[in-house]
Amino acid sequence: MTIMSPQAVSKDPAVNPRRRVYKPNAKYIPILATLSLLLVMYFSGVANYSNFGQASVVVNLFRDNAVLLVIAVGMTFVILTGGIDLSVGAVISLTTTLTATLLKGGWPPLVVLPLVLLLGALLGAGMGAVIHFFKVEPFIATLAGLFLARGLALFINQSSIPIRDELWRTLSDMRIPLADGVKTTPIALVALAAVLIAAAVLAWTRFGRNVYAIGGSADSALLMGLPVGRTRIAVYTLSGFCAALGGVLFSINSTSGWALQGTGSELDAIAACVIGGVLLTGGSGYVLGTLLGVLVTGLIQTIINFQGDLNSAWTRIIVGVLLFGFIVMQRLVTRRAR
Amino acid sequence: MTILKNRLFWPTAILVALLAVNVFTSNQFLTVHDGHLFGTLIDILRGSSPLVLVALGMTLVIATGGIDLSVGSVMAISGAVACLLIRDLGDQNAVGSVLLIVAVAVGVSALLGVWNGALVAVVGIQPIIATLILMVAGRGIAQLITDGQIINVQSSPYATLATGFFLTLPVAFLIAMAAVALTVVLTRRTALGLLLESVGGSPSASRLAGIRAKRITVMVYVVSGAFAGLAGLIYSANIKSADSISAGNLIELDAILAVVIGGTALIGGRFSIAGTVIGALLIQTLSVTVVAVGVPAKATLLFKAVIVVVLCLSQSTTFREKVFGRFKARNPVAPAEVPA
Repeated sequence: MTIMSPQAVSKDPAVNPRRRVYKPNAKYIPILATLSLLLVMYFSGVANYSNFGQASVVVNLFRDNAVLLVIAVGMTFVILTGGIDLSVGAVISLTTTLTATLLKGGWPPLVVLPLVLLLGALLGAGMGAVIHFFKVEPFIATLAGLFLARGLALFINQSSIPIRDELWRTLSDMRIPLADGVKTTPIALVALAAVLIAAAVLAWTRFGRNVYAIGGSADSALLMGLPVGRTRIAVYTLSGFCAALGGVLFSINSTSGWALQGTGSELDAIAACVIGGVLLTGGSGYVLGTLLGVLVTGLIQTIINFQGDLNSAWTRIIVGVLLFGFIVMQRLVTRRAR
Repeated sequence: MTILKNRLFWPTAILVALLAVNVFTSNQFLTVHDGHLFGTLIDILRGSSPLVLVALGMTLVIATGGIDLSVGSVMAISGAVACLLIRDLGDQNAVGSVLLIVAVAVGVSALLGVWNGALVAVVGIQPIIATLILMVAGRGIAQLITDGQIINVQSSPYATLATGFFLTLPVAFLIAMAAVALTVVLTRRTALGLLLESVGGSPSASRLAGIRAKRITVMVYVVSGAFAGLAGLIYSANIKSADSISAGNLIELDAILAVVIGGTALIGGRFSIAGTVIGALLIQTLSVTVVAVGVPAKATLLFKAVIVVVLCLSQSTTFREKVFGRFKARNPVAPAEVPA
């Protein structure tokens, strides 16, 4: 792989005659770097493997990474405020376990669905309140949340529970035709909708502005009279909700619930955000960047699947090496632009 | 009242309370058996050694404002390297060769620390992401070293690392305490601790003041890697085999928790080694106590979570003021306002 500079991607003709090359706004550079590297990976995949160029490969990326996409969207909001949410993986496992248990117990699915989503949001709100009111560090408060949610999930049931509910089965088997021979699943559409809604909220609402302001400097935001406490609790609530939604999508996809589901997915989500150019210090980044980050990790997995002859040890190593290459390249591109 | 205000008061109080529970629940809390000390207390000390070592390295990394997520993977690699080399020895009980292999394994772990440190200090990647790379790839490397198998060794000098006794105390605990003593002497009797805290406070200001901030940063990751490697050896010596999947699994979270319980702030700039040791002992005692008092296996994590939540809240000055503040309203103390 070679480094493509952002200039090479955007072929905008120079509008101003004095400005020869297109120079992107500095805040978009990390996203453009990720986008260009994503394109390089995609086209090198197309060049090396037959059938890689089919539309279904791209569509399946969304299907296979729907859960990661949804939790990474929630994580983006939290990271933008300068916080972190380690509990998302555990909330996924709690949601799948609870959903499967309740459905097995004969609860109507239309009651279970809002109930588990509400529970995720409440857990998030609780952590947000502890972080804001008691000034516990986000890393620690959400780590306690991780133990609590996974502890609850293990307490409910330690083994995998199958889901035989009609609605879940139908959603799991449903295929939505997009074009000739290209089909997708409802969970991919839900994930895509979550991305679009989150991007719109972040870009065009007062809440979105407040999130960026708190990430830039919480003290300044407070002095400006912005509702720091409300916003901070809201982002953790949102992240908890997204994690619960991710858990529901997971339970639909696998039609089962298991308390060890989603272990380590919080780190996948954080990695996706960072690859997408969201700064862990807060205040800088975009949901669309996170989308690109998720697609990059998904594409790495797809390429490894297409390669086919790699054992599981190599999968981990290659993911690590690519993660490394990616972060360093992005770092170099960003640094050169400054 | 001054004792109550010490930030180590609450963790120590909970540790003592948990130990007191163990005095009543276990049939042998502390006895002499076969010429060495024996009982639940000794089990706790022995079992906590890997966590103490890992948390010790983590404390130094966190003091510089970083974090090291790769410790679990480093533990797996170190155990894998040692067991592979020992298996190929002609005489597995040769003390000299085993000591050499232990040194090699710790050296490899220190090299992995150099990699982490270089990524953070030279390339300038955020620590959580830089160490995430090794966390993901490291377990794969360990699996590659052991070829996906669990390597068993029959070496009594190696097993001594975890199960042996010296001067009536477990060897593993003595190793951990030696590491603690060395770190305390180096950081509190020389200027090193001050430099660490300075880099944690502000790397660029430290550099302008003439401190080689990059060198210090690389150094803490090397120390963290070496201690994690040592912890990995104790773990693998305890089970006399290299298990690249479960060695050090999720220990990074426990280590970070131990550091925070000990009063070291994650933003860096100050650290407490005594606090970290108390934190690590507390976590190990908690796991032992949960089993000892007969909490059912499926509820152990939930029980641990509740204790962790209580601990985190009891550490928060704001929480103590809001909840207990009303009882001493007549004697107001001006709380030091810490900007968020």
